[in-house]
Order: sequence, then structure tokens, then C-alpha cells
Amino acid sequence: MDFLNAIVALSNFVLVPAIAYGSQLALGALGVTLIYGILRFSNFAHGDTMAFGTMVTILFTWWFQSMRISAGPLPTALLALPFGIAGCALLVLFTDRAVYKFYRAQKAKPVIFVIVSLGVMFIMNGLVRFIIGVDDQRFADGERFIISVRTFKEMTGLDEGLAIKTTQGITVVTAVIVVALLFYFLNRTRTGKSMRAYSDNEDLALLSGINPERVVMVTWLIVAALATIAGVLYGLDKSFKPFVYFQLLLPIFAAAIVGGLGNPLGAIAGGFTIAFSEVTITYAWKKVAVYLLPESLEPSGLVQLLSTDYKFAVSFVILLIVLLIKPTGLFAGKSV
Amino acid sequence: MKKMLMASAATALIAGTAYADSHANEVKLGVILGFTGPIESLTPTMADGAELAMKEVTESGLLLDGATVTPVRADGTCVDAGAAVAAAERLITADKIDGIMGSDCSGVTGAILSNVALANGIVMISPSATSPGLSVAEDNGLFFRTAPSDARQGEVMTQVLMEEGIKEVALTYTNNDYGKGLADSFQAAFEAAGGTVTISAAHEDGKADYSAEIGALASAGGERLVVAGYVDQGGSGIVRAALDTGAFDTFHFPDGMIGNRLEENFGNEIDGSTGQIPGTDSEGAALFVDMVGDAFDATSSFAPESYDAAALLMLAMQAAGSKDSADYKLKVMDVANAPGTQIFPGELGKGLQILKDGGEIDYVGATAVELIGPGESAGNYRQIVIEDGKITTVQFR
Repeated sequence: MDFLNAIVALSNFVLVPAIAYGSQLALGALGVTLIYGILRFSNFAHGDTMAFGTMVTILFTWWFQSMRISAGPLPTALLALPFGIAGCALLVLFTDRAVYKFYRAQKAKPVIFVIVSLGVMFIMNGLVRFIIGVDDQRFADGERFIISVRTFKEMTGLDEGLAIKTTQGITVVTAVIVVALLFYFLNRTRTGKSMRAYSDNEDLALLSGINPERVVMVTWLIVAALATIAGVLYGLDKSFKPFVYFQLLLPIFAAAIVGGLGNPLGAIAGGFTIAFSEVTITYAWKKVAVYLLPESLEPSGLVQLLSTDYKFAVSFVILLIVLLIKPTGLFAGKSV
Repeated sequence: MKKMLMASAATALIAGTAYADSHANEVKLGVILGFTGPIESLTPTMADGAELAMKEVTESGLLLDGATVTPVRADGTCVDAGAAVAAAERLITADKIDGIMGSDCSGVTGAILSNVALANGIVMISPSATSPGLSVAEDNGLFFRTAPSDARQGEVMTQVLMEEGIKEVALTYTNNDYGKGLADSFQAAFEAAGGTVTISAAHEDGKADYSAEIGALASAGGERLVVAGYVDQGGSGIVRAALDTGAFDTFHFPDGMIGNRLEENFGNEIDGSTGQIPGTDSEGAALFVDMVGDAFDATSSFAPESYDAAALLMLAMQAAGSKDSADYKLKVMDVANAPGTQIFPGELGKGLQILKDGGEIDYVGATAVELIGPGESAGNYRQIVIEDGKITTVQFR
């Protein structure tokens, strides 16, 4: 019984939240890594691209809610998601036409692209704040929990409860589907293969008749979809606030770099590494230890490796170690 | 052409002096509050409160032989000391203000005090900076506050929790001057009273995810979670995550967490939670509510304190017979405390008249102002409990 309680407590406070957060980071990191792999620059505007896509989704969600269209127990935002993706796609395609295309034609250095994306970031940031405001927006509706603490305790008779939020369930399921689709697309379809070819060797790809503009356009479309999905899932699970999305950029980049920039598989591994390291290293193991250890060995302290103040430091220490020992990331990405 | 230039320059000069003349008898007060940032939902009513007092004084026509009082607002952001200092500098150099009503959050208030108010010798009265650190900050007698120090709030929190029979709490605070100061003073008071703080964990505002903090807090356990944070920021994120994971059902909220947002965000999910916020049941509070009417929410956090802060600035000027900070800084304590005729909200005109005639006043105002020690409020608190999703007053301490 005590063993079960320990497992449940651990799942409730570590595993479930970390898996959900990890999935959200992984989706964000996939977008960053695709741009890095194919367009060859670090897109600092990614956090705000997420915010823009989410904002469009929220606006459509509100419109649907006002017309009383709902998805039953699921959040209405899922219905609005395609419109959000479309809105976001229009924005990134416009940005590409208006800004990045110019520098691509000049064959500008990656570092110039990075700074350009920084400018794009500030513009998008302002745009989102201008349209929807700086405040918290909550747009989750439908059932809140797949299983709540109270029902879990009644069902099992355990002392510890386990809560799984609907949004956490949706996050993981959606992430699995999206990742599966993405890998199918990259590995099996003609367009996907041409994208990989372009990523591996641009000149060779051009010689074999691949249309670069088409590759770029498809990349942006996929990135818009990934960013919007990641943003909406994150917003459903926590809440939408432009400033927080701007800050999300840090863990997302950390995830992409730890996994290996340019490598989609690495982005997923990186997302989970960052999420789990943030939660587990600063977790106070007292509760679990009390259940597992015999009474005489019960700890009096918190059994906490590091105070939660240091959770961001943890991600960045991992980032530093990876860069020092394996500069290309866990899953050999491209080194700059 | 040269003549015309000379002529227009001369005209401009004359117009300039004329303009200055008509405004010689004008008192400008800076209202530096975080109109954007973590407490942006509280600040509009705070500014309204302060400006109400200024309007009242202007209409009475009694301040310094009929001076008009003009508020000049600036954004102190609550968190960005650089921006707040720049805003205060602008008010002093460009707008030539005679006193500062503000700022709100402890960190920026300390920054403005040490970098701008001290350097320029401007009096500042904060309605809501509560960090214990400000009690000992160097201020040349220029800094006052109508809010009590959090050292006092820590004691009141301890009393409330002890009376509820709660001996063990987990504590989380927003990682800044306000949160850290309040958390420390609470922990000291609570442990002195025989209670146990199982963990004291900081949380950063505006971050992506609070699972790690909640995991640690839940593991440490406790009968209640004390959230010394901001309702518009990480504080709500922490409460949300604690509720969702079933880590805690009831909370204790200090002043930064109490606002309309708390009801909107959580409703009856946090029924039974307790809290306290500076407030008083003196007749001044009721008078203030009547006087404000529907203009704004008179019971909103720190709105009455803001009214009092602005009123004190102007009453002190009248007592000193000067709008020069160096003169009237000496009078702030005099007008705020006994002896003298008690002055309530809406009676600023009466107070100005008494002072003009050479009498003494004891400003009570909307929050039963009583300045102690280095010029901070003695501290009256309104104890609240959440019932059916509403913030309900239990009693005053």
C-alpha cells in the first residue's frame, strides 16, 4: 500500500506535470530545430510566433463560444486550432516574403538572420499585445479533469491522489500524433524528402531540381502549425499571457540545443530532458521517502537536492555540460 | 527677416513668463504607480483615490492661498527599477513636481527613494510599499508610507492562523523585495508563536511552469499554503497548480494576493481560505466609501491608502506654508498624528482652514492614519475569508 502511495505521489507531482510540460517544450523545440535545419538560422521569434498563433486561436474560440459551438467535454479551442494555424501561417509567410527572402537572396550569414529574427520577434510581440492585450487570458472550457484527486482517492482508497487534467491528456495525445505525422512527412513523402535533401546540401538539392522557394514555404507552414499547436496546448494547460510566451523561448532553445539543433528526434528528447530536470532535481523527496522507507529511516528534512530557486540554473547547467562534452547535442545535430 | 525673428522670440518670451505667472500658484504631485506590470489591476483605483484628494483640495481653494493641485501620472511598473527611476526623474526635471505619491511595490519604491527622491530632496509618501527593509532605508526624513511594514503583517498573519488552530504551513513567496521581506517576517513571527513552516520556497513571476515548486511544497506538506505573491502574476499560477494537483485546498493570502482577480480566477474552489489586507473599520473608511460613490471601487486594495498619502502631502504643505520639500517634510508627522482636531475623508478643506489659522490637526483619513517610527503606518488589517467564492470581511485587527 505504501509502495503504491509513493508511486502515486511521484506521478502526481513529478511524472504527469513533467510529461505534459515536456511535450509542450518538445513541440516548440521541433519548430526551432526545423528552421535551424532547413533555413539555417536560430529563429528567436519562435516564442512570439507561438503567441500569435495562440492568440488567433483564442479569438476564434471566443467567437465559437459566443455562437455556442462547443466540442463537448473537450476544449472548444481544439475546434479553433485549424483557424489559428491558418492565421499563424499567413503571418509567417508574410514575414518570410517581406523580410527573410531579402536576406536569403543576399545569401546573408546566419548571424544576420538571427538578429533579423530578433527584430521580427519584437514586432510580433508588439502585435500580439496590441491586439489581445497584456493580461492573462483563460480560454479552456469543457471537462477540467480526466481524473481528479478526489475521484482517484475514492476509486482506489489510497491516501495519495492523482490528478490528470484533460489538457494534460490532450497535450500528450496531440504531441504523439503531431510527431508521428511530422516524421512520416519528412521520411516518406516526396516534399519531405526534398526538404531533407535541401537541409543536407543546398547546392546539390538545387542541382537536382528541387525548388528552394517551395521548400522554404512548406517549412514555414509546418513551423506555423507546430508553433500554434504548442502554444495552444501550453495556453490550455496553464494560461495565455504574451510575456510568458516570450519567456518560453529560453527553455525551448535549451531543449533544441540539448537535443542537437537541426535534429527532430533530438528536439523531442531535449524537451523531455529539460522538463524532467527542472522538476526532478528540485523535487523534495520527503513524501516519497516516508512511504518507502521503514519508520526508523524516515528523513526529518525535505530530501531536496536543490531549492526550487535553482530550477532554471539546472536546465542551463545541463545545456553547458552537453555543449562542452558533445557540442552537437545528444542526437548529433549540426554544430555551428 | 531678422526683425521678425527677434519679434517672435520676444513674443514667445513674454508668453512664456505669462504662462509661468498663471501657474505660480500650482502644486504638482507625481503619481508614480505600476500602471503596467504585476499589480496593474490595482493601480488604476489607487491613482483615482489619490487624485480624488487632490481634486477635493483644489476645489476647497484653501491650500497655500488658493493653489490648484495637479496630478502627474507616471508608470513605475512595480518591477523594473530602471524604468521607475527614469519615470521619477522625468517628473522632477520636466514636470517639476513638488512631491511624490508613490511608488507602489517595495523594490521600485526603494530605488526611487535612493536614486531620485534623496538626490533631489523630494518628499515621497507610498501608499503600498510594505517591505520591512524600507523602515531602515536612508531617507533624510523624506520618505513616509501610509501602509504598514510587513513586519507587522507577519505578526497579524500569525495571529489569524493561530486562532484558526493552524500550526503547520508551507510558504511560497514571489522572489523580490516584497515577497522575501514578508516571507521572512512571517516565518519569524510564526515560529516564535510555536508554529512550523515546513518549507519556504521562492517562485519567479511570469514563468512557464510551476510544477517543480508545487512538487516541493506538497512534499513538505502543511495544513495551509501561504502564498506571498501577486494575484496578477505567479501567485495565481501557484494556486492553480496546487488546486489541480490536490496539493492544498486552502490557502492564506497576504495583501498582494487579494483583489478581484482572485475571485475571478478561483471562485469557490478556494472556499475556507483566509487572508488579510491593510484596512480599517474606523468611520473614516465608511466615509470614504460614501464619498467615492460609484466613481471607482473604494474598497479596492490600497485605494484609501492612496487617498491618505496624497492628503498628507498637501496638509503638510499647508502646515509648513510652503510647497518646498525641505520645509514640509518636517510637518508630515505633525499633521498625521495627535494632538489636534481629527480630520476625516471629505474634510480636507476643514483641515486646511485649521492649519491656515495656526491650529493643529490629527489626520485620521480613510485608513485611521497613525504614523510611527520612521514614518510608517502603525497598521490596521482587515481579516478576510473566502466564502462561496467571495472575499468576505471577518474582522479588523
